[in-house]
Amino acid sequence: MSETESSTSEVGELSRRPGRERGRDDGKFGRYGGQYVPEALMPAIEELTDAYERYVLNNEDGFMDEFRERLAEFGGRPTPLQRADRLSERYDTEVYLKREDLLHGGAHKLNNALGQVLLAKYMGKERIIAETGAGQHGTATAMAAAHLDMPCTIYMGERDINRQRPNVFRMKLNGSEVKPVTTGRGTLKEAISETMRDWAETVEDTHYVIGSIVGPHPFPVMVRDFQAVISEEAREQAIEKTGGLPTDVVACAGGGSNTMGAFADFVDDESVALRAVEAGGSTLEVDEEAGVAPNSASLYAGEEGVLHGARTKLLQDSDGQIMESHSVSSGLDYAGVGPELAYLVDEGRVEPVAVDDDAALEGFHRLSSTEGIIPALETAHAFGFLEEHHEELGERVVVNVSGRGDKDLDAAIEETDQRDLPNAPDMSMFTEGI
Amino acid sequence: MAETGNSEAIAAAFADGPAYVPYLVVGDPDYESSKAHVEALDRGGADVIELGLPFSEPIAEGSTIQEALVRALDAGMTPERFFAFAEEVEVDAALVCMTYYNLIYQYGSETGPRPFVERAAAAGIQGLVVPDLPAEEADPLREACDEFGLDLVFIVAPTTRGDRLDRMMENVSGYVYVQARLGTTGARDDVSDQTTESLDRLREYDVPKAVGFGISSGEHAERIVAGGADGIIVGSALVDVVADGVENDLPTAAVADRLEALSRELKAGAERGYRSRTETVESA
Repeated sequence: MSETESSTSEVGELSRRPGRERGRDDGKFGRYGGQYVPEALMPAIEELTDAYERYVLNNEDGFMDEFRERLAEFGGRPTPLQRADRLSERYDTEVYLKREDLLHGGAHKLNNALGQVLLAKYMGKERIIAETGAGQHGTATAMAAAHLDMPCTIYMGERDINRQRPNVFRMKLNGSEVKPVTTGRGTLKEAISETMRDWAETVEDTHYVIGSIVGPHPFPVMVRDFQAVISEEAREQAIEKTGGLPTDVVACAGGGSNTMGAFADFVDDESVALRAVEAGGSTLEVDEEAGVAPNSASLYAGEEGVLHGARTKLLQDSDGQIMESHSVSSGLDYAGVGPELAYLVDEGRVEPVAVDDDAALEGFHRLSSTEGIIPALETAHAFGFLEEHHEELGERVVVNVSGRGDKDLDAAIEETDQRDLPNAPDMSMFTEGI
Repeated sequence: MAETGNSEAIAAAFADGPAYVPYLVVGDPDYESSKAHVEALDRGGADVIELGLPFSEPIAEGSTIQEALVRALDAGMTPERFFAFAEEVEVDAALVCMTYYNLIYQYGSETGPRPFVERAAAAGIQGLVVPDLPAEEADPLREACDEFGLDLVFIVAPTTRGDRLDRMMENVSGYVYVQARLGTTGARDDVSDQTTESLDRLREYDVPKAVGFGISSGEHAERIVAGGADGIIVGSALVDVVADGVENDLPTAAVADRLEALSRELKAGAERGYRSRTETVESA
């Protein structure tokens, strides 16, 4: 196919769905979004915008066809929409699980990582860099880079490296270099800043695979488009299995990539309630003096500001300094959120709710013991919400199981041991010896 | 453009010979020491001083300045204290504030840049440099700067070309900050070829061109000014002096003396570069 010719194949058409038009023209979602980056990065942003329009939106050179094929064969798509029988009975509503935990690598992150690494290849880039919090995005990027034979460097906060050893090992196994970030508190926001610094220096031959719907345009729309396959499948599967749309779609929200992926094709279905579950941490109160928010609920508790390339909702103090956030799940531990989600919350289309660490752990054990699915601690927040708010839900609920919990077992043991959770297994053999 | 500059003090700084534009982080390692440091830069010949207002996520800075920003934040630096500093510090040089957009955007009771710019003007700040604000997003800040008489300085990267360059040069005032090479701030031992290329590309624009990123010695300064720069911006090499003082627990006066000496060297280098350029032109 010639460079200017576009495909009219079905996959090309899918990316043209009306619910995905928002933000595409200028990267603005109402007052949110934009391109607030150092000048040195602007040419790369312009180059990426051009590549996004050509390859993702217009399927030039059959990019989207190849992406969909690789998602199917390497990634294992489509993932099932599974009825959760015990939860349905417990909550007296039909609960369906969108099983992104069954995607290769164990999380939805592969959708975006594979899309961006493939795009980098189409753009002629020679090197991949990425940041990671919980390690899921880093793992997915390392897998995609190995799969597509691209050298890859991943920045990860020192503290997160210690919390997520299995994922660090997985990245290294896939041939990626993992660089510890020691600035600040050593978590995701510091890793993002560090990756942007690397990019500023290497912008001519390097692509930065941002891991969520955050950052400067075109990242928020592009990552959403790669992740929208979740709602595209879920919507079709729901209609096929149940004869209609769900009443509610529930997804946990950190930066917001699985959230927007799960919501994208339902945004125009006004009858479907969209619920973004944020990490309420230990409390929603903030300690302004210490610059610490003991939560990661930027939709719920954040204020408008500019961080990492976009105007969005942020956890910040009254001067505009970014706060250290907290969550039992390092994957949600970020002081910002995607600008599109911030916009949809302001518009009243998405309802933000916060679930605290205790409820998330309750959700972790609930899904594990009742359905035989060990969720990521990120995902567990969505199940914590179900337990606390099931009476507010309609008759048919889709919950996005954004990832599996193998990576979180050490953290889950430690956190469970510190709490008196009624539905947790007996932990005494860990603390008292066998 | 030079004729659209708002600040007479900044225009004057570039009017006769090369401008020496040093940068330090306000409040690093503490408020009083940093006042002595900035005054030392002034004694050392500074024409414009860029004062860094610390932000928690300085994505355009390398490790030297990032660590300085953290020291200042840990010591309690805030936008209010920054403005008090600008009011109290005794210098002849024009003062420019370098910070990130979120602090400008959040300042005051209403969101948007106007309250910050109004307060900055009242504190004697003559211009702003905002590394994470490209020309595309700068209209509201540009308007506020014009209203209160501040210059808005843009950074031109080695990769900036074509329409983007034109748009930026339409919006810039005071001087343009020519980024000497790709990457983040930090002292280097060489002078990049990218500097020469950038200056060539900017030749047709009638605005003072100050080169920054990586300048650390009088010899660097000389070569850069000889190559066509109207001024030099020096940050990390000076911040290194402060960091060394912190590490070795040196008295503030000793650090200030070093800053003054390095400033004299840089300024003298810039003047040598200017003379050699002028002589070359005259002999040609």
